[in-house]
Amino acid sequence: MDIFIQQMVNGLTIGSLYALVALGYTMVYGVMRLINFAHGDLVAMSAFVGLTVYTQIFGENITSLVAVITVFVFTAAIVALVGVLLERLAYRPLRTAPRLSAVVSALGAGLVIQNSVMLIWGPNMKIFPSNIFPSTIWSFGGVVITFTQVMILGLSSILMVGLYFFINRTKIGTAIRAVAIDQDAAKLMGINVNRIIMIIFVIGSALGAVAGLFIGVYYRGVTFDMGWMYGLNAFVAAIMGGIGNIPGAMLGGLMLGLFNAMITGYISSQWAETFTFVLLIVILVFRPTGILGEKVAEKV
Amino acid sequence: MSKNERLLEVKDLHVSYGAINAIKGIDLYVNRGEVVTILGANGAGKTTTLRTISGLLKSVSGEIIFDGKAITQLPAHEIVSLGMSHSPEGRRVFGTLSVEENLMMGAYTLKKYDAKTLEWIYEILPRLKERQKQLAGTLSGGEQQMLAIGRAIMSKPKLLILDEPSLGLAPVLVKVIFKAIKQIASSGVTVLLVEQNAKAALKLADRGYVLELGKITHTGSSEELLNSEVIQEAYLGKKK
Repeated sequence: MDIFIQQMVNGLTIGSLYALVALGYTMVYGVMRLINFAHGDLVAMSAFVGLTVYTQIFGENITSLVAVITVFVFTAAIVALVGVLLERLAYRPLRTAPRLSAVVSALGAGLVIQNSVMLIWGPNMKIFPSNIFPSTIWSFGGVVITFTQVMILGLSSILMVGLYFFINRTKIGTAIRAVAIDQDAAKLMGINVNRIIMIIFVIGSALGAVAGLFIGVYYRGVTFDMGWMYGLNAFVAAIMGGIGNIPGAMLGGLMLGLFNAMITGYISSQWAETFTFVLLIVILVFRPTGILGEKVAEKV
Repeated sequence: MSKNERLLEVKDLHVSYGAINAIKGIDLYVNRGEVVTILGANGAGKTTTLRTISGLLKSVSGEIIFDGKAITQLPAHEIVSLGMSHSPEGRRVFGTLSVEENLMMGAYTLKKYDAKTLEWIYEILPRLKERQKQLAGTLSGGEQQMLAIGRAIMSKPKLLILDEPSLGLAPVLVKVIFKAIKQIASSGVTVLLVEQNAKAALKLADRGYVLELGKITHTGSSEELLNSEVIQEAYLGKKK
């Protein structure tokens, strides 16, 4: 039982990171019908940006709430800017081109980001300092929860609930949904579609940046090519939940994290990836639109 | 508000899809307070004309002047904030948004939606009030058309452009829709209407244009057009 609960905690932790990244995929897909394959590399990049901000501004040994908040905000801002540039340079010129061209452009942009990270920060693994968060540990019976895990679960939940309300309760959020449904009709409402797409990239990239930083803090070792693995898992999560659907990405991320943790706990970590894709295939066979599916309500 | 002041003027407009010239040099105008209709068969270029006026399509050449301003090069969303609202063909309501949210999107260009306008829309189209919280995609075709019209006037436009508002609707609903358009027009909104139902459109309109294969072939007051033999034969279903 202890293993089960422990793996649940671990699974929810990594699951909320998948969910944050999956939101980036699903929001862009929802509005542009494009899989932003560069998103995973943006996540990897944010870990390196965050590490540099942290060591350059605060030095290795100083840690404080202010420092941590600054690092998160700074990194999210920089990565959001890169996300916006990505859209401008790699996707906007192809807005009306066949979708395949945009996908190829996305793959290319991912390689550009990945290789830039390698050229700037080097090909070797970088290690995050261990003292960014206090090393406090809570132990309940045999179940251990670290301070970092609590932070990851807490901040991701806040961000996801915040995003949910933003999308469903605000004027801009409603406009984002409107653009996702029908771009021309949205233009006729006076909605600046380019601006909405920019907002999507800012939000998606910033959420990915938070995930990338947490990956660094949680696993400590970061490599320039890790974006592929996290990106792929998050992409699978987005598809499981129903690509284009925001609550679906959250649900898919958490489910995938839990599922991975259970396979790791009870079978072997080496099988985790394999089972991930078995699960994906099973879900797609029985529910091709994912668990929550894309909401379709049209009547002609 | 003088009736003779031009609100919209289209001069020598040419539009093409690739190599195909859809609109081959049309001129038309709409005065303030008028209801003007464009008639024509399928493929004549009515929808293309409207989509170009509202900025969704770019013209090859020609000029569009709205409220004294050249809008030919403006993107669609900026034209909306100048006071033009276009309810597109096929209604195009946001299916997974509620009726209320659809109406709020209609008021997107305003800082805050106008409560009086909303109240008035619910008054002339009471069905929308009953269905406020329902997803637009679950409405019947007629209700979706009501919503499309209501949504278009939430921005408090000077000019309302309606593309085929009665398309595919039962006769009872066509009456409801035309009554609503009449009420909107008499409240002072200028209306440019494209309709299949030529008779109903001409009864409502002050003037009309007939578009054939991208060119305007006839124009005149509604009365003139209703009584013209050519029009009667081609669009009003009367045989010589």
